[in-house]
Amino acid sequence: MNWAAIWAIYKVEMMRFFRTLAQSFISPVLSTSLYFVVFGAAIGSRIDQVDGVSYGAFIVPGLVMLSVITQSISNASFGIYFPKFIGTIYELLSAPINFLEVVLGFVGAAATKALFIGLVILGTSSFFVDLEIQHPVAMISFLVLTCLSFALFGFIIGIWAQNFEQLQLVPLLVVTPLVFLGGSFYSISMLPAVWQKITLFNPVVYLISGFRWSFFGTADVPIGLSLLAIATFTCLCLAAIWWIFRTGWRIRN
Amino acid sequence: MAAIVEIENLRKVYDGGFEALKGVTLSIEEGEILALLGPNGAGKTTLISTICGITNPGSGAVRVAGHDVVADYRQARRMIGLVPQEINLEPFTKVIDTVRFSRGLFGKPRNDAFLKDLLTRLSLWDKKDSRTRELSGGMKRRVLIAKALAHEPRVLFLDEPTAGVDVELRKDMWDIVADLKAQGVTIILTTHYIEEAEAIADRVGVISKGELLLIEEKASLMQRFGQKHLQIDLQEPVSDIPETLASYGLILQEGGASVQYSYDTRGERTGITALLNDIAAAGLVLKDIKTEESSLEEIFVSLVSEGAA
Repeated sequence: MNWAAIWAIYKVEMMRFFRTLAQSFISPVLSTSLYFVVFGAAIGSRIDQVDGVSYGAFIVPGLVMLSVITQSISNASFGIYFPKFIGTIYELLSAPINFLEVVLGFVGAAATKALFIGLVILGTSSFFVDLEIQHPVAMISFLVLTCLSFALFGFIIGIWAQNFEQLQLVPLLVVTPLVFLGGSFYSISMLPAVWQKITLFNPVVYLISGFRWSFFGTADVPIGLSLLAIATFTCLCLAAIWWIFRTGWRIRN
Repeated sequence: MAAIVEIENLRKVYDGGFEALKGVTLSIEEGEILALLGPNGAGKTTLISTICGITNPGSGAVRVAGHDVVADYRQARRMIGLVPQEINLEPFTKVIDTVRFSRGLFGKPRNDAFLKDLLTRLSLWDKKDSRTRELSGGMKRRVLIAKALAHEPRVLFLDEPTAGVDVELRKDMWDIVADLKAQGVTIILTTHYIEEAEAIADRVGVISKGELLLIEEKASLMQRFGQKHLQIDLQEPVSDIPETLASYGLILQEGGASVQYSYDTRGERTGITALLNDIAAAGLVLKDIKTEESSLEEIFVSLVSEGAA
């Protein structure tokens, strides 16, 4: 294992994050505050409680997931797309490193940044609502796993993308709708019966449900199923990345 | 000397069906400067990219210091430094950081003393804290070289190091290459500037349409293919070549003040003695004599056109 290479990639990626630390910090604080104003105050005043939890607190796990998923994808996809775009990828390809080391460097950094932002949102939320976390270990594990798996997914998008439009395409057209419709701001039990069935095809439902369980002990789907879903998604992403590096798809041809 | 890079029957066909390398076999000696000469699209960059791991090889084998570049890629790549043709640098990174990054990527522990020495030799030390976008084109090329040398490779590939570079910087680059050779680094450079190969290479390989047409010591190549020109300046200008000299194919130059005789150095006899005797017999008085070798460019053009025929 070329640990020095993993560290080198990780460090360079994190340096980019630290160059824009103020933006990285302010932007999630601001957007979380806005969500609380719009959803928490405006809608929350009419909904009151969901599954025995105040609406303001109920949306916190969804808010965190929304940001963490988007951030993981955008960090990782940009991280690997940028060297492709400016041509510095030649260095990664000619270095004595394998796919796992490249992935650990980029995905590790992308996940770290997303985790940081997730924690900032959690911190900001605690100013607006009383937060209880029933299963803190599970909460952190879910958060880390989500960061990692979606950073892996973002890495694939970054390799697949051939221009900046494509880089935005999947996050905008697929991920954001899935996250919004995945129960970020509502319990799926609030939906009509048919939609409850349809929504179970949305993989994000399992993530948000599992994450919410770690806070309040209540979930839309069994926690085991949530874990299985995130594990399957991670494995699928890893398999895809392994195939990409083995064949050199969009990198070595 | 032992071969440090061995290439055996290397083929590469791109996805679109374009055959960029058609079975290249080449052995590169340790410590030499090899210039790979060829027109645009000849396969030079593909050859380098395949050796360095940027492009997947089709078939054939490449070994660097005995390590196969596919099966034993880690060992093979540790030996290699690559300076790409394009200036590819992350614009917001500091020089020292990007060079440290390159060293780390190749699994080497941090060594600030070595990097200081490297940057100093490349006249980059006082720019170490500059962001790469603030540097001039020449400085950026130096940063690319520093990055390629940061992990102390034994073989350095320079892909068109002086493409689009002004004359002064080109000479500068040649000095850097000579300096690296003195330190024992094997250098393979691609170029389509003949004068570059002529100025710095020990051996010259000519690539055209994915085939290695020839690889030879520069001096012997020039001798083997060399046409030489003998220029004879006359005391008194002549209006015509005397009939007794018609068989030599002389060309009148400078309004008849000199004549030029071309001969092949490969021939057993050059015909110079007979020519000089006949000139004296024709009553012409010589003022000066000089010879000129044909340049690598002429050799190259004749090789590539033979290859195309």
